[in-house]
Amino acid sequence: MIDATPSGTAAKIDAGIDLAQVAARSRGYWRTVWLRLRRDKVTIFFGLLLALVFLSAAFAPWLAPGDPYATSMIRRLKPIGFPNHLLGTDELGRDMLTRLLYGGRLSLFMGITPVVSALFLGGLLGLLAGFLGGRVNMLIMRTMDVFYAFPSVLLAIAISGALGAGVVNAIVSLTVIFVPPIARIAESVTTQVRNLDYVDAARASGAGSLTIIRVHILSNVLGPVFIYATGLISVSIILASGLSFLGLGTEPPEPEWGLMLNTLRQSIYVNPYVAALPGVMIFVTSLSFNLLSDGLRSAMDVRL
Amino acid sequence: MPLLRVEGLTKHFPVRGGALHRRIATVQAVDGISFDVPRGETLGIVGESGCGKSTTARLLMRLIEPDAGRVLFDGRAVATAGGISLREMRRMMQMVFQDSYSSLNPHLPIEDTIAFGPTVHGVPREMAKRRARDILAKVGLDPNLFIRRYAHELSGGQRQRVNVARALALEPEIVILDEAVSALDKSVEAQVLNLLLDLKRDLKLTYVFISHDLNVVQYVSDRVLVMYLGKIVETGPVEAIYRRPLHPYTQALLSAMPSMDPRRRVSEPPLFGDPPNPINPPPGCRFHTRCRFAEAVCGASEPALSAGAAGGHFAACHMVIAGSGHSRAPGAVLGGGA
Repeated sequence: MIDATPSGTAAKIDAGIDLAQVAARSRGYWRTVWLRLRRDKVTIFFGLLLALVFLSAAFAPWLAPGDPYATSMIRRLKPIGFPNHLLGTDELGRDMLTRLLYGGRLSLFMGITPVVSALFLGGLLGLLAGFLGGRVNMLIMRTMDVFYAFPSVLLAIAISGALGAGVVNAIVSLTVIFVPPIARIAESVTTQVRNLDYVDAARASGAGSLTIIRVHILSNVLGPVFIYATGLISVSIILASGLSFLGLGTEPPEPEWGLMLNTLRQSIYVNPYVAALPGVMIFVTSLSFNLLSDGLRSAMDVRL
Repeated sequence: MPLLRVEGLTKHFPVRGGALHRRIATVQAVDGISFDVPRGETLGIVGESGCGKSTTARLLMRLIEPDAGRVLFDGRAVATAGGISLREMRRMMQMVFQDSYSSLNPHLPIEDTIAFGPTVHGVPREMAKRRARDILAKVGLDPNLFIRRYAHELSGGQRQRVNVARALALEPEIVILDEAVSALDKSVEAQVLNLLLDLKRDLKLTYVFISHDLNVVQYVSDRVLVMYLGKIVETGPVEAIYRRPLHPYTQALLSAMPSMDPRRRVSEPPLFGDPPNPINPPPGCRFHTRCRFAEAVCGASEPALSAGAAGGHFAACHMVIAGSGHSRAPGAVLGGGA
């Protein structure tokens, strides 16, 4: 690299010093993000915890000691540490550990799917509103405001209730309530970026709107929207569990944390620790998502 | 035929308000300006903040649509049938913005920023990247050191060099420099100015140089255009304007110019008050509210841009127009010794 600079010893020495500085400073965006993330112990810890939850749900059939649907009338509501049932049994004598592992599959699916679909839908709407501005912006954003007028939990319950119980309907209703906040973030960032000089400079280079969005807008909008969406996953898991708890999400024999919490709530005086287990799982998972998104937010800030 | 000809360019921004979002007023940002820029010359545009300098730049690039008037590039009207297409015009004319930070995408390495324009115009990626390296070297930044860097890793002067490189990557014939050096500190400003002059000579460029800094404009320009509230008040060769300004506004501007000469001191402000609100510009000559030579005619009729001296020196002032009715107009009977 040094040889490519103009000849002369002075120039070579200068270049050498500069190169050392460059090597220390300029590593590319994602590498910098990773280096910053690595120093953040809290984020790393909760990231690993989350990975553990995911893996345990994914490999539930291999990890689980029993069958999540096998009931046993003689071994109902056993406490934690009962022989052959490490985490006890529920009100129908099903193994809690097995059901918690299997339950993670549905709970995570119902938590993440609405956020991902809302990310696409809301992101697209916000991008359009922000980039086109004017009347289109008015139309899209005021429609979003209508959804804001209702408390989100109530709206999710109302939509689920109208559509009927079921996993798909619960996901649809959660998607509907997550689109407005994501669209709002995407819109505000797009509006901000659209008026910056580099977008004008790109337009002055003869680029069309699609190219400008692809190269110059998307890269700036994606970061904040993505971080916000990560934070929404924890809300989504809680709401999905809430819907199941109310009987609007998953239906009985299916293992799902929210539903398990509901069916175990009658037994809370008999066996409080076992009854709390699904709640603990929901709590740990959503907390991890929250802290992870917080860590990502500070690691991905270009200006720091 | 001049490389760039501007005819009656006008932009009025609506001010909306009220319950129904109606147009309640109009800001006359740029009002019917015409000028020529011959090939190879530098036209300096000066004026106070808010006089329409930047709007003019954006109108030239068509970043905003003009309400009236047209721009001819090499004799061909922009974006009309039989003229030059917008896309082609945006290859031949480029712009450098004032804010070096907000004019670079923070998420793109310098290489991609510079190569973006050529890629848009169909240059293959590898060639565009090679061109980016060449141009970076031309603006005085070692490509090996800077090509992978991001905007926040550069100093203000380096960023502005990158912006110049980005504009030059399309091999334009004319470059609009909108306050391109104003945000830099003095020593860096001088370096970038000299770079711009070298590039102009080497690449046979034509510049439209917009600035509020009269010293800088004097240094780089061949001709100067003075704007006040969206109109041209005076235009002419740089020496003529700086030696013998015709319009009282230009005189005031020049007497406000900081001087290195201790014998040339100014103790009183050359102008009083702020420029009038461009939403409701004063009738007649727009400057008459602040002009110390103002007479009845100035508030009554608007002076046209008229030849005031030889060599294409024009001014829009009643004192220059013979028989305008102003006591200081050439040939006036009541003239105070003119």
